[in-house]
Amino acid sequence: MPIIRSLRRLAGSEAIRPALLIVIILVGWDVGVRLFKIPPYLIPAPTAVVLELFAQWPMLLRETMPTLYATLGGFALSALFGIPTAMLIASSRTVESYLYPILVFSQSVPKIAVAPLFVVWFGFGIAPKVISAFLLGFFPVVVATVLGLKSIDNDMLDLARSMRAGALRTFLRIRLPNALPSIFGGLKVSITLAVVGAVVGEFVGSNSGIGYVLQIANGNFDLPLMFAALFILSLMGVLLFTAIDFAERLLIPWHASHRGDFVGTN
Amino acid sequence: MTEPNAAVGDVHIRIRGLTKTYRSKTGAVPSLKPIDLDIAKGEFVAIVGPSGCGKSTLLKLVAGLLPATSGSIRIGGVEVDKPIDDIGIVFQSPVLLPWRSVRDNILLQVQMRGRDTAAYAKAADTLIKTSGLEGFENRYPWELSGGMQQRASICRALVHDPSVLLMDEPFGALDAMTRERMNAELQRIWYETRKTVLLITHSIPEAVYLADRVVVMSSRPGAIEAIYDIDLRRPRELSVMGEPRFVKLTQDIRKHFFAQGDLDH
Repeated sequence: MPIIRSLRRLAGSEAIRPALLIVIILVGWDVGVRLFKIPPYLIPAPTAVVLELFAQWPMLLRETMPTLYATLGGFALSALFGIPTAMLIASSRTVESYLYPILVFSQSVPKIAVAPLFVVWFGFGIAPKVISAFLLGFFPVVVATVLGLKSIDNDMLDLARSMRAGALRTFLRIRLPNALPSIFGGLKVSITLAVVGAVVGEFVGSNSGIGYVLQIANGNFDLPLMFAALFILSLMGVLLFTAIDFAERLLIPWHASHRGDFVGTN
Repeated sequence: MTEPNAAVGDVHIRIRGLTKTYRSKTGAVPSLKPIDLDIAKGEFVAIVGPSGCGKSTLLKLVAGLLPATSGSIRIGGVEVDKPIDDIGIVFQSPVLLPWRSVRDNILLQVQMRGRDTAAYAKAADTLIKTSGLEGFENRYPWELSGGMQQRASICRALVHDPSVLLMDEPFGALDAMTRERMNAELQRIWYETRKTVLLITHSIPEAVYLADRVVVMSSRPGAIEAIYDIDLRRPRELSVMGEPRFVKLTQDIRKHFFAQGDLDH
């Protein structure tokens, strides 16, 4: 049967697989809610969430913007400070021994506990959200970049020395490109955590943003709205992650993880 | 005192009383006993020895990548205490940058030295042609076989036209067939370029096939145990490996390792 074969081919293509899984989960969810008569204030049916998504679309879109800005701001700061910090750590044992333990220590402090402090310090504007996103997004960038900069073949460094290249030239031509795959790994983790950070910031003191919507919906037991807001957040995370993934493919097509499609385009 | 381990012809690399001692927690570990060796201009010298005999250390000292504990190395009359311009190195692994094409990897040599890349484009093209990499110059290293990667790395070592080529077990990671072919090609490249070559190798046949002289080192601490003049006529076909003189030489050299009780391969 040609129809079945083309359906099977459709199911086999990689882009369709996650979508297929989501459809299966949604159907299971809908059937489950109906079958066990779960009240909507515990778990809303997916249809209710979709309806809510359409009904509240203008409001949701408006509230997405502050969250998006805070996320992007925090992420930009993470990259801007994280990569140079990692370069410092990787360049000197002394700096590493001073800085790394403090970084790890600071990372262990629960951000949700210190977030109210930022409201006290920086008010109700976008600043505390950006800082909260930055604090969550910063660490993965540093860890991944340090790892990337340190993962270099000794022969590679001997080669650079034999060519009498200075430290700067060696860094720009060899060390940095060599670390790029790892740096991108860190950036991908960072952007998804920055979304979480922005929402945490909005939780503790805000009158706008998806975090604020979540809190209002939670207070009103408006579960469909809450799920709709969660959906928006996830969508935002996925899109941002995809954007970085795309940038990575453009910048380091040579890396082993992309070689399959790279050779294919030749 | 007679000149030790003297070469025939103009001396290009002069090693005198060279020692290297590594510092470790348990104290000083001598790696090289005083080494005296002369290598003539355009000569091909191979060094064989068991693992840990310090032959790689010797190569790094000649390359100026390690500071000597005592003694001196002069290349073309210039004291080597840091990397100098007149050297090209081939490592055991090709160490090619995966984000650069074969051609750009070869030109890395001049770029890292801060020279004008365009001035060396022709030299790179000639090397690409002589080493059989034509048609692959715009490929990436990971699209190439191990043998071709090592060829690219030899081109990179030669593109700035140094007088000395240092090779640290360059074919150790290749399969036996590829290795023999690479040996034949290296001999041809050496014939065409007439570099002074110092080759570190585990393989006695490879050393005898390629070299004018084979230096046998003993281990811990490394010292020169014997030097063999390889009087086989040149150019050598791979079939020379079956000739009685070749077999005799490899057997004589191998005896040193049996006497020492350990042989790598």
